[in-house]
Amino acid sequence: MTDPARPVLRMRGVAKTFGLTRVLQDVDLTVRRGEVHGLLGQNGSGKSTLIKILAGFHTPDEGSIELDGASVDLPLSAVDRRKHRLRFVHQDLALLPSLTVLENLLADDVATGPGIRPRRRRAELARATAQFDRFGISLRPDTLVRDISRLDRAKLAIARAVSHLGDDDGDADGAGRGLLVLDEPTAFLPHSEVAELIALMRAVAAQGTGVLFVSHDLDEVLTVTDRVSVLRDGQLVGSEDTASLAREDLVRLIVGRPVSVLSAGSAPVSASQERPRLQVSALRGGAVQHLDLSVHPGEVVGVTGVIGSGFDEVTQLLFGALRASGGSVAIDDLELEARRLSPATAIKAGVAYLPSDRAVQGSAPSLTVGENVALLSLRKGGGPFALTGRRLERHAGKLLRDLDVRPPEPALAYASLSGGNQQKAMMAKWLVTGPKVLLLSEPTQGVDVGAREQIFTLIAEAARQGCAVVCSSSDLDQLAQICNRVLLMRRGVVSDEVHGEAVTKAGLTEMLFADAVVRSPRATSDA
Amino acid sequence: MSVGTTTGHDTDAVAPTRPGARRWTSRIEAGALPAAWLVVFVVFAVLLPDTFLSTASVSNILGSQAVPLVLTLCLVLPLVCGDYDMSVASVATLTAMVIGILNVNHGWSIGAAIVAGLLAALLAGLVNGAVIVIFGVDSLIVTLGTGTVIQGLVLWISDSTTVSGISTSLVDLVIGYKLFSVPAAFYYGLALCVVLWYLLQHTALGMRMLFIGRGRDVARLSGIAVPRVRMGALVASAGLAGVAGTLYAGTTGSADPSSGTSFLLPAFAAVFLGATTVIPGRFNAWGAFIAVYFLATGITGLQLLGAESFVQQLFYGGALVIAVSLAQLARRREATSAGTTS
Repeated sequence: MTDPARPVLRMRGVAKTFGLTRVLQDVDLTVRRGEVHGLLGQNGSGKSTLIKILAGFHTPDEGSIELDGASVDLPLSAVDRRKHRLRFVHQDLALLPSLTVLENLLADDVATGPGIRPRRRRAELARATAQFDRFGISLRPDTLVRDISRLDRAKLAIARAVSHLGDDDGDADGAGRGLLVLDEPTAFLPHSEVAELIALMRAVAAQGTGVLFVSHDLDEVLTVTDRVSVLRDGQLVGSEDTASLAREDLVRLIVGRPVSVLSAGSAPVSASQERPRLQVSALRGGAVQHLDLSVHPGEVVGVTGVIGSGFDEVTQLLFGALRASGGSVAIDDLELEARRLSPATAIKAGVAYLPSDRAVQGSAPSLTVGENVALLSLRKGGGPFALTGRRLERHAGKLLRDLDVRPPEPALAYASLSGGNQQKAMMAKWLVTGPKVLLLSEPTQGVDVGAREQIFTLIAEAARQGCAVVCSSSDLDQLAQICNRVLLMRRGVVSDEVHGEAVTKAGLTEMLFADAVVRSPRATSDA
Repeated sequence: MSVGTTTGHDTDAVAPTRPGARRWTSRIEAGALPAAWLVVFVVFAVLLPDTFLSTASVSNILGSQAVPLVLTLCLVLPLVCGDYDMSVASVATLTAMVIGILNVNHGWSIGAAIVAGLLAALLAGLVNGAVIVIFGVDSLIVTLGTGTVIQGLVLWISDSTTVSGISTSLVDLVIGYKLFSVPAAFYYGLALCVVLWYLLQHTALGMRMLFIGRGRDVARLSGIAVPRVRMGALVASAGLAGVAGTLYAGTTGSADPSSGTSFLLPAFAAVFLGATTVIPGRFNAWGAFIAVYFLATGITGLQLLGAESFVQQLFYGGALVIAVSLAQLARRREATSAGTTS
């Protein structure tokens, strides 16, 4: 089936630098006809930059790209992508929920060409049916996309992407059936449903299309791919036949060192006699299926995982920002039903929450720094007629100076602060309430290095004063610096945990990728 | 716009000129509309020394604008929360008509009729609020619809005829009593301005409303009862529209089923124009006050000069478009300046 002479994609010596950071360096990547090719790598390994180069979003600094054996101009133009049948399915799937399956399927057809032309409904339907039959999809074309399951949505997105790949519209030399790039389309699916998607991928490849499959899930990659390429720190560290690889070899390629057994030997967290400050039982909601967690005063617990695992929703659920569907949350002696949590009740119970989306959820950028910082202190002012203009500025000014926000000018527009200072101002806003539980979501996203350290200091200080801190983050470096304990979420449940000495960046990375490996007998023999 | 908080504590890291410079330009911006008002006033005073400057003319401008002023002020509340209320003029007409019918046709005492009229207004506000907040429908569309429904109700209950002969005690209360030869209605508007200014600028509730308008997610995640506050603003807006309707009935001593709707556009023109002054970029009470009288001064002067009545439409419509464009420019500048200092 494969025809190594004529790969659908060949990247040679591709390099990309952002500022001073080398994101990609001398990457050679080849995807053959009819193969499913896995692309693996940690966060920050350069995967997404590589995909964005293929999507024509970035221009590489060096290197060349051939599609179907023909060299193409960079950045890749929409015309070339169309001509060489380069198609993408991104994680968000880019479907419109309020339109029907058929309309979504035809979105690309109607997007180009003359606007005034008759639509032939019967022909459209026939095409959709043929398309679905070919890949064994059972979907009614007139169903609204919002009414179909996540799995069906993923299938629809893939069917749409390949709907042109299969047409034989006179490519004289009968060459390549194009390249389909799947950028983590399985992230939001439960494990049981991934199998169907894998079958679909194989069906697409069987037609001669090359499939580049980006995933965090080693099991999936091992099951579905013919070959695997691994990126580490911007370099391609290997392209291997999947059949020749054991799971631990793959982990070694990704992490860059042999896997050791992590959590088994390390000491449990210093057994505190105190009662836990935050006690979560059987919490579920969003992507989170089940979570038990207790956090002691002064403890900083990290929650991480891949996208779709629910790690980022834990803090939202605990604050009531996202409505939980079950479970309970206890803060000291106050027991609350998770379903009834709202931001107001959570704040009253002593919970503070710094959302990851500073500009939309964390602050009103068009208002002043002072107003943003003082919003919560208003509650302490006694009644609705308390804190007025001048006093507010003085109060906010003090908060800003305490946390070293620069410049400490309450009258400035919040948007005029740098990312790090914006985040410090948000810390000021919440810490003034004297929280018992501090929930953080990606606390240093878009924050420069100096401010990052200061924010870590603030978090440590809050913990020292008895706060129970929960931080959901995909930044392993950050978690390693601030956490006593880190939980790994996988498909909605906690699948692993590291604590004590093992909380290092390397340790966390291994946990993220090796998860299944560390507990399997084969892994121990490797170590 | 407090100034002079550049304390001596932190002299490092901050270039002291930048905030200072920003304040300087924003002060010019804040003063632009009052200055324009002054210019318009002086120009007409020079052109028409006898008619325009006469006490009768000045007090006429002040007094006759009470209804537009109150209607403009009632728009401020929902707008600060990010909601439109297009039904205010209809609600004002409804209140006036309820007062007229109950007082004249059914012989209710004027006090009871006013209470009934205001209750009708509050009911309209509750309906607006319920549909907008509970069902999450866009406020512009909802209030456009309810406004039309209310207008229909008014025509229905009045048989499309004007009810005249409303108790003179209401007329006295609104335009009969005078202070410095300015009718009482003006002072009611002025008092309302003070109340709104205090509420918006000096209370926690005012700041919560501001956050709801500018960042609904932030407000929600900060524990603010967003639906309740939005609801309150819409009900208050309808209630104040009822007050405007009461003043309208008192000004003319009658209730006219259709002329009230002509107040809607001027009120929007004034509230957006008002957001370019005093506290530029924000809907505010004193800005609305200045804008109402700026527009009224211009129109009165032009009419005294002999302009046709269509000049009103040109003036109000133009002012609305210009004000909204200015506000948009200010926002864009705010957004771009964000990038420069970071």
